[in-house]
Amino acid sequence: MSAASKEYIGVASIRGPLLVVEGTTDIGYDEMVEIIGPDGGRRIGRVLSVSRKAATVEVFEGTSGLTIRSTGVRFFGRPLTVPVSLEMLGRVFDGLGRPIDGGPEPLARERRDINGSPINPTARAYPSEFIQTGISAIDGMNTLVRGQKLPIFSGSGLPHNVLAAQIASQAKIARREEFCIVFAAMGIVRDVATYFQLRFEESGALENSVLFLNLAEDPSTERIATPRMALTVAEYLAFEAGKHVLVIMTDMTNYCEALREVSSAREEVPARRGFPGYMYSDLASIYERCGRIRGMKGSITQMPILTMPNDDITHPVPDLTGYITEGQIVLSRELHLKNIYPPIDVLPSLSRLMKDGIGEGRTRADHPDIASQLYASFARVREVRSLASVIGEEELSAVDKSYLRFGEEFETGFVAQEAVEDRNIDTTLDIGWNVASILPKTELFRVTEQEIRQHYRVPERGV
Amino acid sequence: MSSRAGSIEAVDGPVVTVADAQGISIAELVLVGDDHLLGEVIRLEGNTATVQVYENTGGLEPGEPVYGTGGPLSVELGPGIIGNIFDGLQRPLEVIETRTGAFVHRGVSIPPLDRQRQWLFHPSVRPGEEIHRGSVLGSVFESDLIEHRLLVPVRLHMGGVSRTMLAERVAAVTPGEHTVGDYVASVDVDHRETRLQMMQRWPVRHARPYRQRLLPDVPLITGQRVIDTFFPIAKGGTAAIPGGFGTGKTVTQHQLAKWSDADIVVYIGCGERGNEMTEVLIDFPMLVDPRSGKPLMQRTVLIANTSNMPVAAREASMYTGVTLAEYYRDMGYDVAVMADSTSRWAEALREIAGRLEELPAEEGFPAYLPSRLAEFYERAGRVVTLGGMNGSVTIVGAVSPPGGNFSEPVTQNTLRFVRCFWALDKSLAAARHFPAINWIESYSEYLDSVEGWWSKNVFNDWRGLRNRAMGVLQEENHLQQIVKLVGADALPDEQRLVLETARMLREGFLQQNAMDPIDTYTTPQKQVAMLRSMMRFYERGREIVARGAPVIRLRELSIVAHLIRMKNEVPNDRLTEIDDIGLALDRQLNELESEYL
Ligand SMILES: Nc1ncnc2c1ncn2[C@@H]1O[C@H](COP(=O)(O)OP(=O)(O)OP(=O)(O)O)[C@@H](O)[C@H]1O
Ligand SMILES: [Mg+2]
Repeated sequence: MSAASKEYIGVASIRGPLLVVEGTTDIGYDEMVEIIGPDGGRRIGRVLSVSRKAATVEVFEGTSGLTIRSTGVRFFGRPLTVPVSLEMLGRVFDGLGRPIDGGPEPLARERRDINGSPINPTARAYPSEFIQTGISAIDGMNTLVRGQKLPIFSGSGLPHNVLAAQIASQAKIARREEFCIVFAAMGIVRDVATYFQLRFEESGALENSVLFLNLAEDPSTERIATPRMALTVAEYLAFEAGKHVLVIMTDMTNYCEALREVSSAREEVPARRGFPGYMYSDLASIYERCGRIRGMKGSITQMPILTMPNDDITHPVPDLTGYITEGQIVLSRELHLKNIYPPIDVLPSLSRLMKDGIGEGRTRADHPDIASQLYASFARVREVRSLASVIGEEELSAVDKSYLRFGEEFETGFVAQEAVEDRNIDTTLDIGWNVASILPKTELFRVTEQEIRQHYRVPERGV
Repeated sequence: MSSRAGSIEAVDGPVVTVADAQGISIAELVLVGDDHLLGEVIRLEGNTATVQVYENTGGLEPGEPVYGTGGPLSVELGPGIIGNIFDGLQRPLEVIETRTGAFVHRGVSIPPLDRQRQWLFHPSVRPGEEIHRGSVLGSVFESDLIEHRLLVPVRLHMGGVSRTMLAERVAAVTPGEHTVGDYVASVDVDHRETRLQMMQRWPVRHARPYRQRLLPDVPLITGQRVIDTFFPIAKGGTAAIPGGFGTGKTVTQHQLAKWSDADIVVYIGCGERGNEMTEVLIDFPMLVDPRSGKPLMQRTVLIANTSNMPVAAREASMYTGVTLAEYYRDMGYDVAVMADSTSRWAEALREIAGRLEELPAEEGFPAYLPSRLAEFYERAGRVVTLGGMNGSVTIVGAVSPPGGNFSEPVTQNTLRFVRCFWALDKSLAAARHFPAINWIESYSEYLDSVEGWWSKNVFNDWRGLRNRAMGVLQEENHLQQIVKLVGADALPDEQRLVLETARMLREGFLQQNAMDPIDTYTTPQKQVAMLRSMMRFYERGREIVARGAPVIRLRELSIVAHLIRMKNEVPNDRLTEIDDIGLALDRQLNELESEYL
């Protein structure tokens, strides 16, 4: 890639967020571009494809107001970069990494390519350190570990922001001086960004946070760069400065829609619902920037948030995300309407890294079995409820009735808690056993007889 | 080796167009740009070549040079493969880490096999003896478990010409310590001495030849009950395991890689998570092969092209993996290939096809998707090798259908070419019933062919037992429709016994916890013993119910809990405990029966 920058005046065509510059020479694929509008305003872009004759440029801030004749295009001879340094902690940037908190450009010895490089699987350390979030439905049933990527699948109007902020403030990821938050907003409204800022401030995390904000009113294509900026900084903080970093990215659905916009402007053959065929790889290039590395102190734990259009979990955004992340926390509108907070639907939720983070010496010896038992029993509750709606509750057998009571108690006693309630893991597991004890012992096959002897509560209300 | 073969005309993601490309041929491996990025020629039109580049193309500029290498994408075959982890192009990831650190950068050129390591070569032929392609020259011990048989190459390259090795005479052999690059033998070909290296190369997109195909009638024992007993796969067979995210494809394939009775396992992580490869790298050296007592890593090869690595190399990784498998098959081994996930490979095809502006067929996939899938699965099989030994390649492919819906092109086309279908079920996974293999939807076309092995080696009425148990499960499935409407209490006791038995089979047999030290693997003998005692509960229970005993009495027998828990309470080597449970079951049944005589 040639180092000096080159400038061209005038473009051949403008379509959607794309422009084509003809007569270019020595331009590299994926290099950074600056676009100077007729009013002198500067925008940032990158080369999407290049030939001997022309370069196609994606303009992150959109092309509106640009003209064919007088648009200036400067090619930088290097990819889009972001400064990385500890000075960025406590600062707020826009979606392309420019300070918007009134402060100066952070001092940084280094700028890094926002695309990063894949972590060699031989260099990874397998994540296995339990993080207590204080939330029973997560700690007990879908345990988070340090270095995991665990998204929240939500729907519009559900309290995913409250939950994410509660996790950020309660999670015992690291001692305060080693902990930091990198927050990437993509197309969210200003109020939500402010809400997070306030919550980080309350928990004292703000000075250890880096915020990248692309808001709803900001250009949509800019969102394509935002998570990459954030993760480049996170990688520096984790693997160079030894911090344990929690990365919150919201809303990934907005990100994917920006990707779709660019793809359709390029007239690419779409895969499902107009989203590009490479969306899986593209999302993986974000979500895989996470984890732990052998011999390095820090870690990156990711908590992406996405809203499922129509609450549809098979929509390409949650679907492809679920195929890449290490589980998912699914929020349910039904529970939310029942006034249950957090409205976590445990059955479709999953933490794949849970198995290595729980049990003897990590949480408690009975944890794997009681969690498995609660899953199995609660799955049965679904069937019993639908039966009850057909034949009536009175007609149910005694065992089935106990399942109904168990289901109620599981939702209102175990899953439900206050938005500021911080339960420790012992409390969570004890509540789990209390709830399981509503069922007769003969229904509990996932726990051992010894565990039953140790933890099963003789029911107060006879079954 | 490489000569300038053109210059870059255009760059569009992983696809590069090359102008003035006279000297290069289709499928040739080329070096692209000043950084020598690896690529493969996928289209030639006049003087223009289209290349898919296996590395990140960021910064590549029109005008940069492209070099030909004179040959197609190939792998190196020789000792040093086992226990290793390679990327999709067979680059050794552990060595790469020592060069470039924790992150993989592009443009590193490191030979797949260690050039320094010495191997002790024991020849098995003597000068003057006749050899032919695929026959064994000698061997080295590659790991404590694997005797690596060095094979006479299929083709011989002499001074620019290449010909098939027919019957030739050994001129010399050199036993002792050698590196893979050393010459260890020579043959007389047309009165000229031609030397043979310890290692050889093979183009990955070509299946390696064999003498004859055999029927796959020996089961691959996986230790997974729902597979071995209900939907068995044969050595040399093919299976697809489709399922939505989180339904258990990877865990099942890890289980098969750990416990199946193959000699060698090739695990291809194709476009999946980095941590899953790390998990294998950490677990397998510590896990002990139940048959040999040696660490499992000593029979395992990993190909890791994770989801964040370049997409074209993902496309190549499947071929790299299956070629390594065929090579060990040709030494007379039973090799199992786990491909996770074939959907990511198909998507790589789609992405490249899209950049080439090829006309898409279904859902953007190219029209040649079915033929590529067929070619891949056709490389499985049980064969007589060129050297006259028996070997096999079994392929198990994960499929990741969008939205978990099986009516999509990759699942549907895969089902045309595989003979075993393990359908993963989202609702079973949600209830944490694992493996979430749906026993109503799944099938195996190997049942008839492996029946003989089971009745000869384990239990003579294996098929009958299996079918009776399946009958109970199918009847339960049918009854569940009624239960949803009226509740189980409304059914006659005879049918409620079916529900009770099916519950026992689901909880106690089908469900198998990969994380439990005992439950993770069940021997064929234990599988049969478990199933016989459960079916005894059903068959005797039916008589007792017919005499008027209510089902609740059977359900309340204290032995029921033991029947359900024997999967993780009775170790594989203490099967007499299952006999004891059987005796106790009979005692309790007798007592109950006596009340209703
Ligand atoms: N046999 C099993 N025993 C216990 N747990 C299992 C088993 N199979 C699957 N699981 C559980 O299901 C989770 C998801 O399984 P897995 O990672 O294999 O899904 P997958 O189908 O490969 O998903 P993806 O397509 O997203 O890769 C595991 O993390 C584990 O918790
Ligand atoms: Mg998987």
